Amino acid sequence: MLEINNLHARVEDKEILKGVTLSIKAGEVHAIMGPNGSGKSTLSHVLAGREGYEVTKGGATFQGQDLLAMEPEARAAAGVFLGFQYPVEIPGVTNLYFLKAALNAQRKTRGDKELDAADFLAYVKQRVKQMQMDVKMLHRGVNEDFSGGEKKRNEILQMLVLQPKLMILDETDSGLDIDALKVVSDGINAMRSKDTATLLVTHYQRLLDYVQPDFVHVLAGGRIVKSGGPDLARELEEKGYGWLAAA
Amino acid sequence: MAATEQTTPENVRDLVTRRVAQAYSAGFVTDVESETVPPGHSEDVVRMISARKQEPEWLLEWRLKAYRRWLKMTEPKWAHVDYKPVDYQSISYFSAPKSMKDRPKSLDEVDPKLLETYKKLGIPLKEQEMLAGVVPQVAVDVVFDSVSVGTTFRKKLAEAGVIFCSISEAVHSHPDLVKKYLGSVVPFGDNYFAALNSAVFSDGSFVFIPKGVRCPMELSTYFRINERNTGQFERTLIVAEERSHVSYLEGCTAPQRDENQLHAAVVELVALDDAQIKYSTVQNWYPGDENGVGGIYNFVTKRGDCRGPRSKISWTQVETGSAITWKYPSCILRGDDSVGEFYSVALTHHRQQADTGTKMIHVGKRTRSTIVSKGIAAGHGQQSYRGLVRVLPLAEGARNHTQCDSLLIGDQCGAHTFPYTEIRNPSAILEHEATTSKIGEDQLFYCRSRGIPEEDAVSMIVNGFCKQVFKELPMEFAVEAQKLLAVSLEGAVG
Repeated sequence: MLEINNLHARVEDKEILKGVTLSIKAGEVHAIMGPNGSGKSTLSHVLAGREGYEVTKGGATFQGQDLLAMEPEARAAAGVFLGFQYPVEIPGVTNLYFLKAALNAQRKTRGDKELDAADFLAYVKQRVKQMQMDVKMLHRGVNEDFSGGEKKRNEILQMLVLQPKLMILDETDSGLDIDALKVVSDGINAMRSKDTATLLVTHYQRLLDYVQPDFVHVLAGGRIVKSGGPDLARELEEKGYGWLAAA
Repeated sequence: MAATEQTTPENVRDLVTRRVAQAYSAGFVTDVESETVPPGHSEDVVRMISARKQEPEWLLEWRLKAYRRWLKMTEPKWAHVDYKPVDYQSISYFSAPKSMKDRPKSLDEVDPKLLETYKKLGIPLKEQEMLAGVVPQVAVDVVFDSVSVGTTFRKKLAEAGVIFCSISEAVHSHPDLVKKYLGSVVPFGDNYFAALNSAVFSDGSFVFIPKGVRCPMELSTYFRINERNTGQFERTLIVAEERSHVSYLEGCTAPQRDENQLHAAVVELVALDDAQIKYSTVQNWYPGDENGVGGIYNFVTKRGDCRGPRSKISWTQVETGSAITWKYPSCILRGDDSVGEFYSVALTHHRQQADTGTKMIHVGKRTRSTIVSKGIAAGHGQQSYRGLVRVLPLAEGARNHTQCDSLLIGDQCGAHTFPYTEIRNPSAILEHEATTSKIGEDQLFYCRSRGIPEEDAVSMIVNGFCKQVFKELPMEFAVEAQKLLAVSLEGAVG
């Protein structure tokens, strides 16, 4: 589904990604771990199409399409979703309006019929309940005055509403208490299927206790320095990253 | 990285520029033969305007007093705006389409070219009367340069006892009312522009809602400047008697021209006991081009007098046009328990400058005021909020809440806040909140990463920012205002 091939990217003059190669197939969950500054967030942002990064070498395809040539909104419509590490507030724009605008924009791009207000409301309310959120949140501004935990739940809610194919979740576990972590994990697991793939970007083992990855990769110094199964995450939890960075 | 257009402040500016170039759809000129007095002001010009309108002696005297006062005054310089000085001798103070000389008695007699102009602007006057009952009813008075072209729905309003006509007409048909209230809120010597207006005001609307009457429909005046080198000096007077209620809308456009044109209006509102006046403006005067050439100088005095207890005056304005805006719709809260409100969205782009805000003067006991100001600056636009809250010694228990927020798009624009307070009663409670934010790359990327195209995202973010104000507008106007902002900002990215 996602093929990243020798990806090099820089911000201004600083090279951050120095040859990332990774292949993710439908049905798989991959976790990328690594120390601060290793390029984890850069990788997420480049894949989702954020401005300000220059790809100097290599590339990435999504379902055979040149992902990096697409506008961010086109990537979204094609099925790529980025769960933000720091979700953004949009005051005065309700979650309901935002979600409907997003879903219908994607549907329009894909040539599907747009949902009307009543159908959409029923559809979205069900998912709000799934995330154990108060339906009143639909009438609040997007992430406006949300706590850190609420913001992260809202990311997963958006994901459930938009039903993407590839989910890139950038430190979705940070700032969550244990109950919220469980709800968020359930949301992620609900999206797992043979047709979807997930890339979890995280510092810590604890999310992986709830969302079992098929593969774990260590990103250090802008490259994947080690790949393995779920055991690798536990080994990292014990030993830290130092032994790998040196390798 | 991607072969996509980068979102930088530079192309934000480009996008705004491109958009705005096509945005001003009201910039056409109507080719009608006009009778325009030669440029320049003098007592003779004042006398000529008054004579032309066959005004009574007292009004001529009032105009002349204003004119003599104005000659001794100097133009205010304290506003945070910078513009070429106005040459008051180069302006023509009166212009009317020739066909209006023998005043048409009904819309059927109005020059079709004039009706066509308003149709092009989306105000079909004749059709509007015919469609009555199908679409929401709004009675409209239209002012073309210096004269009122016609007023719709007069009969229906008359049945309710509501008087809605041009002020020139009211001077003849209801002289006592005009004499009683004209200048009672904004005296002729109030300020430089008000004095000029009092001397040469041409036309405008007059509204009178008698005791206990809830006006059966929205009232609206549409102002249009057409003629070159003319100023528009309209005067609007709205009187709401005890327990009456009215909602009034005002819209404005002008052709696209290279020279600056002066618009110095005065609006006076009087609310007696328990009366409510809601005054909404969507101002879309020609803003000038991207280099700041042309555009309207909008120097306006608007003031409401909550004269009776429990009366309420609410100003809502959406200001997207004009090269320079100098405007402070204010409330004098004289009656005990009276309420004043000011809701404002002001957008400046290119070289537009706005210095706008309000004054809330608390005179009566337990008077309350609310100020919500939303300023949006793009391009090289400059945006200032200037607001005064004054609590007088007898205003026991007065309250004010002020919120002023600024949104910047790009990095060449500016937003400024000048709040003033004068509190002479210790029981007053005032709250003030202010924020300045930028449409961030963050917000845009967030929207786009969810599939929302960039232009829709900008419009969504700006509308969200203005929501508190838009919800104060009558429904059709709110839709209009949102469209206007979307048009002005489509493609604007920050």
